[in-house]
Amino acid sequence: MKDFIIPWNERSDERDMGTPAKEGKPVTLTIDGFEITVPEGTSVMRAAAEAGIQVPKLCASDNLEAFGSCRLCAVEIEGRRGLPASCTTPVAPGMVVQTQNEKLRKLRRGVMELYISDHPLDCLTCAANGDCELQDMAGAVGLRDVRYKAPEGAGLANHFEARDTSGQVNPEWLPKDDSNPYFSYDPSKCIVCNRCVRACEEVQGTFALTIEGRGFDSRVSAGGAGDDFLASDCVSCGACVQACPTATLQEKSVIELGTPERSVITTCAYCGVGCSFKAEMQGDQLVRMVPYKHGKANRGHSCVKGRFAYGYATHKDRILNPMIRETIDEPWREVSWDEALSFAATKLRGLQEVHGRRSIGVITSSRCTNEETFLVQKLTRAVFGNNNTDTCARVCHSPTGYGLGQAFGTSAGTQDFDSVEKTDVVVVIGANPTDGHPVFGSRLKKRLREGAKLIVIDPRRIDLVKSAHIQAAHHLALKPGTNVAVLTALSHVIVTEGLMDEAFIRERCDWDEFQDYAEFVSDPRHSPEATEALTGVPAAELRAAARLFATGGNGAIYYGLGVTEHSQGSTSVMGIANLAMLTGNLGRPGVGVNPLRGQNNVQGSCDMGSFPHELPGYRHVKLPEVREIFEQAWGVEIDPEPGLRINNMLDAAVDGSFKGLYIQGEDILQSDPDTKHVAAGLAAMECVIVHDLFLNETANYAHVFLPGSTFLEKDGTFTNAERRINRVRKVMAPRNGYADWEVTQLLANAMGAGWNYTHPAQIMEEIAATTPSFAGVDYALLEEKGSVQWPCNEAHPEGTPVMHVDGFVRGKGRFIVTEYVATDEKTGPRFPLLLTTGRILSQYNVGAQTRRTENVVWHERDLLEIHPHDAEQRGIKDGDWVRLASRTGETTLIAKLTDRVSPGVVYTTFHHPDTQANVITTDFSDWATNCPEYKVTAVQVGPSNGPTDWQEEYAARTERARRILPAAE
Amino acid sequence: MSPEKMVYMANQIATFFKTQPGEDVAARVAAHIHDFWEPRMRDQLCAHVDAGGAGLDPAVIAAVAELRAGA
Repeated sequence: MKDFIIPWNERSDERDMGTPAKEGKPVTLTIDGFEITVPEGTSVMRAAAEAGIQVPKLCASDNLEAFGSCRLCAVEIEGRRGLPASCTTPVAPGMVVQTQNEKLRKLRRGVMELYISDHPLDCLTCAANGDCELQDMAGAVGLRDVRYKAPEGAGLANHFEARDTSGQVNPEWLPKDDSNPYFSYDPSKCIVCNRCVRACEEVQGTFALTIEGRGFDSRVSAGGAGDDFLASDCVSCGACVQACPTATLQEKSVIELGTPERSVITTCAYCGVGCSFKAEMQGDQLVRMVPYKHGKANRGHSCVKGRFAYGYATHKDRILNPMIRETIDEPWREVSWDEALSFAATKLRGLQEVHGRRSIGVITSSRCTNEETFLVQKLTRAVFGNNNTDTCARVCHSPTGYGLGQAFGTSAGTQDFDSVEKTDVVVVIGANPTDGHPVFGSRLKKRLREGAKLIVIDPRRIDLVKSAHIQAAHHLALKPGTNVAVLTALSHVIVTEGLMDEAFIRERCDWDEFQDYAEFVSDPRHSPEATEALTGVPAAELRAAARLFATGGNGAIYYGLGVTEHSQGSTSVMGIANLAMLTGNLGRPGVGVNPLRGQNNVQGSCDMGSFPHELPGYRHVKLPEVREIFEQAWGVEIDPEPGLRINNMLDAAVDGSFKGLYIQGEDILQSDPDTKHVAAGLAAMECVIVHDLFLNETANYAHVFLPGSTFLEKDGTFTNAERRINRVRKVMAPRNGYADWEVTQLLANAMGAGWNYTHPAQIMEEIAATTPSFAGVDYALLEEKGSVQWPCNEAHPEGTPVMHVDGFVRGKGRFIVTEYVATDEKTGPRFPLLLTTGRILSQYNVGAQTRRTENVVWHERDLLEIHPHDAEQRGIKDGDWVRLASRTGETTLIAKLTDRVSPGVVYTTFHHPDTQANVITTDFSDWATNCPEYKVTAVQVGPSNGPTDWQEEYAARTERARRILPAAE
Repeated sequence: MSPEKMVYMANQIATFFKTQPGEDVAARVAAHIHDFWEPRMRDQLCAHVDAGGAGLDPAVIAAVAELRAGA
């Protein structure tokens, strides 16, 4: 298959060029007799690499600033004294450089001899054997002998032998630190090149590592004295491991399995950043995931999830055989694919005969590929004959779809991630990038350290507000549920103080609508002073933030589910669009409106027509000309009426008119609000088909279980938050027998569809043929370019990094009046606190994947963050079991006292099913899209002895529902 | 769907469009409901209006009239 061949071109050149690329005017110099022209500011080392000459090096790496400590990269420059380090020496016009001569050879050999004199010579049994830069450099400089020996009878002066020849303990030797589950730190192999420390600072931005001691006593150290890697601030992103030139920091999987023999470039299946990775393999065994240097979303960086948390793919809980049961009280029965599919098909068709065409539907997955999602919505539209399709974007970014669609005419982020490198003022609202979108978080922090200003709008003091070497200029710690009031107040300041970009507005936006909007926001009731009591944001702080955003240069807004998951989620998105238009921050690098998407393919699942009112490409089903395209392609009639959204499906199920549901890769029982209502809806259905890796919570109510495949087991594409279509490549055969697109096809065919796709590339051809924004996309282009950002068509053959450059997709940008309407979920005497929810770095969504990896060492259960003041009033101490109750339900969990949350606000994550955070959340939802209001629930917290009756009953029911009968002999 | 929930959702839509400039609130509410509500939800809403429309914002009742005229 072509998929395993990586074309040899500039992108696949993975040489380390030694120092970062620079931009500047051209400078010409001569290196070893070759003339080369490079941008001003480039190092001599990089210039040599550009000319194809590798100068030996140990402490340099092209993702880190030059450091100049190893002295191996010395060169001779005509007219200059000494032998300067090529990594720290910038090029100059007419410079004549010699990278090799006898003097340099001798110097380098001397340097290497010193390094090797303090390094164990166990290369043959070392985990880095064959993948060690120290080994490579010893070879490159021709080191043949090490003359330095410990003097007779004296103590050892090295770091690598635990005892000297007389059996005395060597005080310089330190044992291995194996505390991190994924990599080990072996100080005896360290050459103190500082690459790990610099990677932690410059790439990841955590500053967890340092060099302790001086001279011969210099050691890499995580955290403070007495800390190991796990106890330190280390976030296990893997940047240090990747930077390490020796086996000092080494993946445990490599120690266990050995070095990989091939690699395949693919895309991470966790968050919406969509990092590119090299899956490094031995046969069909995955040895490690290494972030891909030329990945355009991540630029060679990764986080703990994508880099290390892939063990779920081979976890023993994975279900590999199809299963069925007549009723959900029965145990599961393992059956053949044929039997499971015909059972499902017969049931679904039977339900349609009795209850009508619209009595069944599908939920597409934001974790599956574009091709798989396209097929699932095609299943309901072309085979079921209705539009009952929805996706988990309903519960996360559906307001983004509606809000940005109304304002700009298209439902997606306006920028690429590289754009952050050109931004001057960043607004982060309702998002926690360092936990939820860590690689973007690191790229943002890098830009902040370079001097960009940050405004955080969030009820909680997220890490970005203040952490190592970064600090937000303003933190507007608003009361949950008051986003619209704050956004409108920001606009009020900008308009009333005359800070808007009138030229931009006149040229690019509808001027009449702007007039209405300006009149609306100028009303004194929207001033920060008037809204302070409501929002809890000090007026002066809000004014200062508004002025900074309007006048500080390129302004970019990044937002997450803290914006969308509210009764006024869509209105907030419009408010964000208004702010960007007001300040002229659209249509060029460094600015824009950037929704941070939760799951790997939320963007793609929305693009592919997963919503019940839209065909692929965000075109309403009521439009006959759009239906015509699909009717032609599929040879069926398309229902012109919108279908049911997830919450509507559940309501209709309780009412008895919705009876069957095929759910691909989503756990609605755990992830959707008001668990008891979801359970009632599922229980009322007669055929629930769960297609997933594991028996998830929803499967407790399922009649058919179809085993799913992981992202490692299939071909396809994911579209990330920057609209980037990235390839997913199969590196091993599906353990369940079929890729997910094949399973959907089998189900469709069992219902008489007659589909015959043999490769996802054919599905992409169908997408391109029917969807204008994908018209230019095919697998050949993706092979050639690595990735493209839609729209990709005749007008933009190589894709579109920045949208709305010369005008908005809808024509004129539209200002929309954003009146604040308080949610009806209000605090009162019984429920005086506001609960808001979010994610943590080491876990992902409902945790189905990450809970089945070693990531649990960082977060083994969900905690309730509560302010010490609120805790004290209730007699709650850190680590106590507490009861968390709302109008909807109650649960128990462990309290964590912290001033990250304001008094009156409590916070938890929803990664663990036994916590049942969604028993608490309510049925309130966004006015336009029904996106649930997860972020605001009035609650009370009190001491508790342990799990509630519901939690215990739920655990027992789950255990019953997961029984599997032993297979027949 | 419970009548209370349906009434609540419809009124939320009306609340937004009532804040927008212009005279055509009922038409905009009707258009939103037409575009995003599945037929059985719209039928339930119409039936509720026929039964007196208890709890509904007048803009929703006007919108239902528009929906019917358009259908």
